[in-house]
Amino acid sequence: MTKVANVPLAPPKPTLVLALGEEPVFAAGERIRILMRQPIGHYRVPRYLRGKAGVVEAVIKPTMLDNEEEAYGRNAGMRRHYYRIAIPMTEIWPDYVGSPRDGLRIEVFETWLERIEA
Amino acid sequence: MNHDHERGAHDHPHAPISADQAPGYYDLMETAVRELLIERRLIGADEIRRQIEVLDSRTPALGAKVVARAWLDPNFKARLLADGRKGCEEFGISFYDDTQLIVLENTETVHNLIVCTLCSCYPRPVLGLPPDWYKLKPYRARAVSEPRAVLAEFGTHIADDVEVRVSDSTALVRYLVLPRRPQGTQAYSEEDLAALVTRDTMIGVVEVNTPPERPN
Repeated sequence: MTKVANVPLAPPKPTLVLALGEEPVFAAGERIRILMRQPIGHYRVPRYLRGKAGVVEAVIKPTMLDNEEEAYGRNAGMRRHYYRIAIPMTEIWPDYVGSPRDGLRIEVFETWLERIEA
Repeated sequence: MNHDHERGAHDHPHAPISADQAPGYYDLMETAVRELLIERRLIGADEIRRQIEVLDSRTPALGAKVVARAWLDPNFKARLLADGRKGCEEFGISFYDDTQLIVLENTETVHNLIVCTLCSCYPRPVLGLPPDWYKLKPYRARAVSEPRAVLAEFGTHIADDVEVRVSDSTALVRYLVLPRRPQGTQAYSEEDLAALVTRDTMIGVVEVNTPPERPN
């Protein structure tokens, strides 16, 4: 008779493994920068905001087809997370006339954002 | 120029209504794309006509109803602010596309303004077609760079301690401003309130005002 080691079986892992892109990369309150990129093609990030720093105000749900890919008929697998981003007017326009609390809000796809580490 | 039509003569001046100019670049492109889409059976001519009917059925009166209800019913307002599209759908206002709606509440401390700097994104399902100035470059450029000056040109003066918040609609989200309910309207019915809410108040370029005397 073989001796069975008295070792309890490991319980199943408590967390599911999620697919890449399944969860949003950023969370509300995180500081981000809109990428400074100048690609050729159909892009929905206005130039006046490229390179500007802001804060994620909310993750907008559900994910949506990335219209920058959709413009070229690439729809399959192109649903992406996007966010409502808050940017102070004084960050966009150094000589802004108004309250320093005035701000801009815009929706931006995840592919255009990078985190600003604290 | 004064002129008479053959039937139903009228005498107000206007330029002759005619299409005697050669179509421009974009006219030709639109015709070519439309004809190709129809020829390849991707859409039918009737679908274009139908969509124009859908758009024509949408007017600021729909948005005004939503605003008046939000002023009177705090539970509805909470649902509307949580999900603008679902809130409007409670009124039977359909969205016919994948756009979301974020309703922006004006308060004592925040004044919201909407714009689309890239093109003409607008909450068409609830407001209908945008005014021409909304689509033209001066408004699109200045609303995000000098919003207080733009508001002043509409006669709207925002106090320095109130935050001006401009939402630039670029793709999938449409915005609707929920203006502040004016003072002295406690006795107004929902219908009276809705009559105060104009298109421009829901874009955020003006605030809602009461008429000097209450209509009877």
